[in-house]
Amino acid sequence: MDNSQQLFEQLFGPEWGAPLYLVVKNVMLILAIVTPLLLAVAYLTFAERKIIAYMQVRVGPNRVTFFGIPWLRGWAQPIADAVKALMKEIIVPTGANKFLFLLAPILTLGPALAAWAVVPFSPELVLADINAGLLYILAMTSLGVYGVIIAGWASNSKYAFLGAMRSAAQVVSYELAMGFALVCVLMMASSLNLGDIVAGQQGGSFLNWYLIPLFPMFLVYFISGVAETNRAPFDVAEGESEIVAGFHVDYSGMAFTVFFLAEYANMILVATLASIMFLGGWLPPVDIAPFNLIPGMIWLLLKIGFMLFFFLWFRATFPRYRYDQIMRLGWKIFIPVTLIWIVVLGAVMQLPETVRLAFPLNLWFS
Amino acid sequence: MLDTMLGNYFPILLFILIGLSIGVLAMLAGWLLAPNKPDAEKLSPYECGFGAFEDARMKFDVRYYLIAILFILFDLEIAFLFPWAVVLNEIGWFGFAAMLVFLSILVVGFIYEWVKGALEWD
Repeated sequence: MDNSQQLFEQLFGPEWGAPLYLVVKNVMLILAIVTPLLLAVAYLTFAERKIIAYMQVRVGPNRVTFFGIPWLRGWAQPIADAVKALMKEIIVPTGANKFLFLLAPILTLGPALAAWAVVPFSPELVLADINAGLLYILAMTSLGVYGVIIAGWASNSKYAFLGAMRSAAQVVSYELAMGFALVCVLMMASSLNLGDIVAGQQGGSFLNWYLIPLFPMFLVYFISGVAETNRAPFDVAEGESEIVAGFHVDYSGMAFTVFFLAEYANMILVATLASIMFLGGWLPPVDIAPFNLIPGMIWLLLKIGFMLFFFLWFRATFPRYRYDQIMRLGWKIFIPVTLIWIVVLGAVMQLPETVRLAFPLNLWFS
Repeated sequence: MLDTMLGNYFPILLFILIGLSIGVLAMLAGWLLAPNKPDAEKLSPYECGFGAFEDARMKFDVRYYLIAILFILFDLEIAFLFPWAVVLNEIGWFGFAAMLVFLSILVVGFIYEWVKGALEWD
């Protein structure tokens, strides 16, 4: 570390060396997060097709292979899809606002990737260890909706406009439920820093995870996350059977693929946040020999994979909600439930120590 | 600057720029590699095979506007709840009761909009 900083200062002089070193170092670190993330996105699409296929008693993509190696059948499918998307024409419809039309996918992908800046992969492995980590992530996920609205409006198509209106109202409604559920996590952890939130769940076993005292909030958070990413069964914004493809009906080629990347990156982000805030992040389920020898990052990745599986499972299982049902679920069920839970949790936290010891509440309230 | 709390935000700025530039690069690559053969029929707006009937810049349902307004109110409520939640251990019963008053005022508003039918979608 120090040697490379000195090398930079020798090469570019003392006043340019240090800032340049900082930029280069951080760009390398960011690429070390973004590259695996984009690969994960590519292979999540593959996993989705495979898992849904197996749920429907068929095989899924099993033809495209790397260099004809037989046991890698199907594994080159996402790469082939990416190359195909790259070679497809980007059509900008006549009535569309060209600048906004092409800006919208970029505005969707940018925040979806940038939210990863504060995600801790293990106690030391975090790019930006800021105190307002959770607030930053909430801000970034809310920015994603701008891309959708701009895309729907700029396309100058009725379907796209309808999809954008629906998506905006839906995302905004579920963000409230999500925010209230996160307030409960904050009350338990007393910190907005994601690393501190995981540290608050330390204590020997999965019984200490916030999943158990906050189980209803976990459900609210995860279901809101599914709705926020416009995934089935809440995908009315895309609603193939009613408004063809919603806000991205006029998009093609790489412009469409960028939307697709953002949607899947957001899915992985929601799964990651659920693992960090409710499933103990990098902590092993039981803190004894065979489990705590496995590196924390592996545990985090396992939990993320577990949560992602639910996204795919939901898609293979549930029929699409009707729009009024989605709004009812968000406003009339999730928001009252979370509000009541906040008040009950706040009251429990004010209980005197002796009462808390009588129940096993001291597991979670320090 | 490097050791301050603000220094932690520099990687975030870089990350946002890189996130945006990945989108820009992908679109540029698509623009360079893909064919570009515009045609009046190909560029016409998609309406399930028919020509477009009227302008797509149409009026929209007022309920979307209502949802947006309610979102602003409740998002503000969350903005007030966040700092309260972080320090709840220190402020004790008094802080809890104060937030209970604030929440109950907002819940009255919530019940009013519910009874008025602002949350109905027929």
